[in-house]
Amino acid sequence: MSLDAAADPTTAPARPAAAMPANARPVPYRGGGFKVRRFRLVSPLVFIVLIGLWELGSRSGVINSIALPAPSEAFSAFQDLVRSGMLWTHLGASLYRLTVGWLFGSLLGVGVGLAIGLFSLARAGLLPIVSALFPIPKIALLPLFIVWFGIGEGSKVATILFGTFFPTVIATYGGVDNVDRNLIRMGQSFGLSWLSIVRKIIIPGALPAILSGFRISASIAIVLLVAAEMIGAQYGIGAYILMAGALFATDQLIAGVAILSVLGLTVSWAIGKAEQFFLSWRA
Amino acid sequence: MDIVIDKVSHRYGQTEVLDDISFELKAGEIVCIIGPSGCGKSTLLRFIGGLEKPTAGQVLVAGEPPAGSLNPLTYVFQDFALLPWRSVEGNVSLVLEDHGIRGDRARAIIEDVLRRTKLLDFRKALPRQLSGGMKQRVAIARALSVNPAVMLMDEPLSALDSQTRELLLDDLIELWTRERFSACYVTHNLAEAVRLGHKIIVLSRRPGRIRQIVEIDIALAERAERGAELEQTQRHLWNLMREEARAADMELSDVA
Repeated sequence: MSLDAAADPTTAPARPAAAMPANARPVPYRGGGFKVRRFRLVSPLVFIVLIGLWELGSRSGVINSIALPAPSEAFSAFQDLVRSGMLWTHLGASLYRLTVGWLFGSLLGVGVGLAIGLFSLARAGLLPIVSALFPIPKIALLPLFIVWFGIGEGSKVATILFGTFFPTVIATYGGVDNVDRNLIRMGQSFGLSWLSIVRKIIIPGALPAILSGFRISASIAIVLLVAAEMIGAQYGIGAYILMAGALFATDQLIAGVAILSVLGLTVSWAIGKAEQFFLSWRA
Repeated sequence: MDIVIDKVSHRYGQTEVLDDISFELKAGEIVCIIGPSGCGKSTLLRFIGGLEKPTAGQVLVAGEPPAGSLNPLTYVFQDFALLPWRSVEGNVSLVLEDHGIRGDRARAIIEDVLRRTKLLDFRKALPRQLSGGMKQRVAIARALSVNPAVMLMDEPLSALDSQTRELLLDDLIELWTRERFSACYVTHNLAEAVRLGHKIIVLSRRPGRIRQIVEIDIALAERAERGAELEQTQRHLWNLMREEARAADMELSDVA
């Protein structure tokens, strides 16, 4: 470092780098990385490449068409389904069960979850029951549900209802427990009524947890839907897949599974939209 | 409206938190409570606001709150306690809704308090978009909207950086000069205490007892210019507290 540069600091930065030592070099850059970047085109590309390879493999005979039918075959099975009009029969039956089961399961779940979160007595009484029943695979109860609610829609809706009820309860009361106590104290300090505190502070505060509970319960609902439809249903995506499996119509089986995948994606997209709408206050 | 704190003592289980605290809070007066951490200052404030009950003694209210006071004892919290899902005006209207104030009347009040706290341009903003100082101004606007007789301020400036703190301190002094609200102001910052307090109550370490009540006669508006005199008071306060603060710092905290 030269002396005159130190003596006049105001001009120092403007000077050319004449006084730089001979072996000066930039500090090696070690930052960067570990950051999620968005590649919009990659995910469709992966799908296209994968399906393309699959199709190519089937056409060239590398992939046995009995073991795994070509995507084009699955697609034509799907087109048959559309043309015959059966798609709407199956999809309609499935969507009805899914909607009714999930809707009532979630409504009841949020209600019971709020009760557990808000009232100590409800917590003491209901939480052990919830904890005991939550881990039971609901599909194991299907025979019982058939006895109780009949072989028709009742037992299938009940399976989905019970399956979505418990995770919703747990998400909801967890959300209520996690609401900032200081916000509640603030409400009390301004003399807000109990109902106002619940409506304007606790429920909005628990909403993020409730919505992520919905995400989980919706995928559980789809799994249970197919399982329930595989046991004694005439129509429905699950029944269609089961039938295709029994006839070794693997092209139809793949088509049915693809419909389920699209159904799952649609539900998760819808919940994502709901989160964007209700939780826009989060960063 | 005056508040009388009458021989208040409190214990959590085996731990004595406060011991025989008595003082008076007169209308139009700011009382600052200072003390080392864990001396029960915030607990004392919760007793005054009726959010908790002391094990012994009582907090009394003398006289009627001013007409039109919706919530005579109103808090301002250290962490602002704003609802993140409500905008600035929504946060203010929250505390009006329960008093049945809606529509035009609410709008008029909201506009008035936001103007007084210089927030009128930010009425639609969400808390996450605001700086710490602005958030606390929203909280102060919310407190003003219910027309409090006494503001209970629990370290309102402690979560802010020092420049913002200075700005907000000036705002508070200006506000007091205009409106003469009364306040109980809990802080661990001695500079804030000597700038704002008419009366400064120094608490000792746990169990909190009153060590001294220091009164400052200089008008709030003049204090910024009379730094030397305040400096002296501040040093006096610090001498009262130093040993205790050191001891409090070395203590293991086993009480929440």
